Amino acid sequence: MRESAIMNIHYITGLAAIVLVGIHVMFRLIVPYGASLEYENVIANYQNLPYAIVLELILVTVAIHGFNGLRIVLIEWRQGDSWEKGVKWACVAAAIAIIAYGSRTILLASMGGAI
Amino acid sequence: MTKNIKLRMYRHIPGKDSPHYDTFEVPAERWTTVLDALLYAKAYNDHSIAVRYSCRMASCGSCGMMINGIPRLACYTKIYELDTDTITCQPLSNFPIIRDLATDFSTFFQHHKDMKPYIVNDLDDIDEKAREFLQSPKELEEFLQFSYCIKCGLCYASCPVVATDKKFPGPQALAQMYRYFADNRDQAADERLKIVDDRHGVWRCHFAGSCSKVCPKGVDPALGIQLLRGYMMGFAKKEKKEPILFAKETVA
Amino acid sequence: MVQKENREGVKGWLNPTRYGWARVSYWLQRLTGLGLLAYFIAHVIETSSLAQGKFAWEKMLELTQTTEGHIILIVVIGMCVFHAANGVRLYVAHGGKGVGAPGRPDYPYRPTSISLKMRACIWVSITLAALAMMYGASILFGE
Repeated sequence: MRESAIMNIHYITGLAAIVLVGIHVMFRLIVPYGASLEYENVIANYQNLPYAIVLELILVTVAIHGFNGLRIVLIEWRQGDSWEKGVKWACVAAAIAIIAYGSRTILLASMGGAI
Repeated sequence: MTKNIKLRMYRHIPGKDSPHYDTFEVPAERWTTVLDALLYAKAYNDHSIAVRYSCRMASCGSCGMMINGIPRLACYTKIYELDTDTITCQPLSNFPIIRDLATDFSTFFQHHKDMKPYIVNDLDDIDEKAREFLQSPKELEEFLQFSYCIKCGLCYASCPVVATDKKFPGPQALAQMYRYFADNRDQAADERLKIVDDRHGVWRCHFAGSCSKVCPKGVDPALGIQLLRGYMMGFAKKEKKEPILFAKETVA
Repeated sequence: MVQKENREGVKGWLNPTRYGWARVSYWLQRLTGLGLLAYFIAHVIETSSLAQGKFAWEKMLELTQTTEGHIILIVVIGMCVFHAANGVRLYVAHGGKGVGAPGRPDYPYRPTSISLKMRACIWVSITLAALAMMYGASILFGE
């Protein structure tokens, strides 16, 4: 993938994350802080489909933006074909892992919590 | 008003001794530059000081060095403007040291050469019927300031990306890429964008702005790099215009 | 001829002084980015306790709803707001907008790319981050 394509994805996920995280924070602020952390209230939020979709999108956009940023920091720090390849695949794997793990939480919570 | 200042100079011959500092007492007038102080120390204190200089008027770019931690031209920096009685001179950062304050510019020049720093044009302007490519004052202003680069290396020394990334071309090379990209006589725009569209190319610039801060000629390399990137991000579009060859018949 | 490699290395990244506000914003953007990535990973792990039932969730809350946890969250709020606001500025600047236009350089050669407009945007990002941190502190420590 050309670096220009990767960077366009980086910019788009960054801008999207601002909007999505803004929505996430707003949802947390419309109820009193203590109440917003009660288990039943949190689960109820996950069972609201549009909100669960927002959370999933945050997961994807922030994971891509964050791990691409980490890839950039690491390839600037050290160069070499094997290092750069290793960093690329490690960041892709880490992003997929965190998206998978977070999606599992969203899915389970939206189905009512613990199995 | 003469005062004596302490000139603390980095001394090192790689492979022969370990880095250390020598301090010299040098008289300074209101108009004394750091280069004058270094040459005074070389003439009266230690003839073995290695320092590059040539024009003494910020035109050749030879005397670039770290002066009190910031890359500056020694001939262009007055002692009095530094507002301190101890001046520390070190070789330019990010350049390999040859000896004392003299550094190796080969990698820097190679990055510049990689940018194809010449007009690429199929039309031959060396022809008995033709004279030159037409370029209006407006078209000239698109790239003129970037052509004022004296390749002193101060921008390369200040760049935080160059500090660790050996493959990054540096602000000077990228600004020169924009200089030729923006020139209406050049026809290799697409090729130029492909050269810098690389993992270690224009995308590794984070607009820290240090290059423009230290440039002694007002080149503003950061501006050139962001303008170049704007074309790659789709914020700007380059018109494909054929450069016009000014023919002798037109004059007649 | 032996030469000595002389790159500044990570010290060059980590030192935000010497080159003005644009360099400070680069340093902050990098630090906040890495900090936010670390928080993001921790946040995904911490919220995964939801899937293990109420008891696991409340045990997690005991760990995070402490004074130290609140201070970390306030710092994260500041990092998030700065990184976002400065990120928007960088997105626009990287596209060549707001950085001025080329012209004939004249002494004293003030670069248009790091103009007052750009510096003001950096100060606004820092101010917004500080305000967000204060608001966050009022909510977290206010109850």
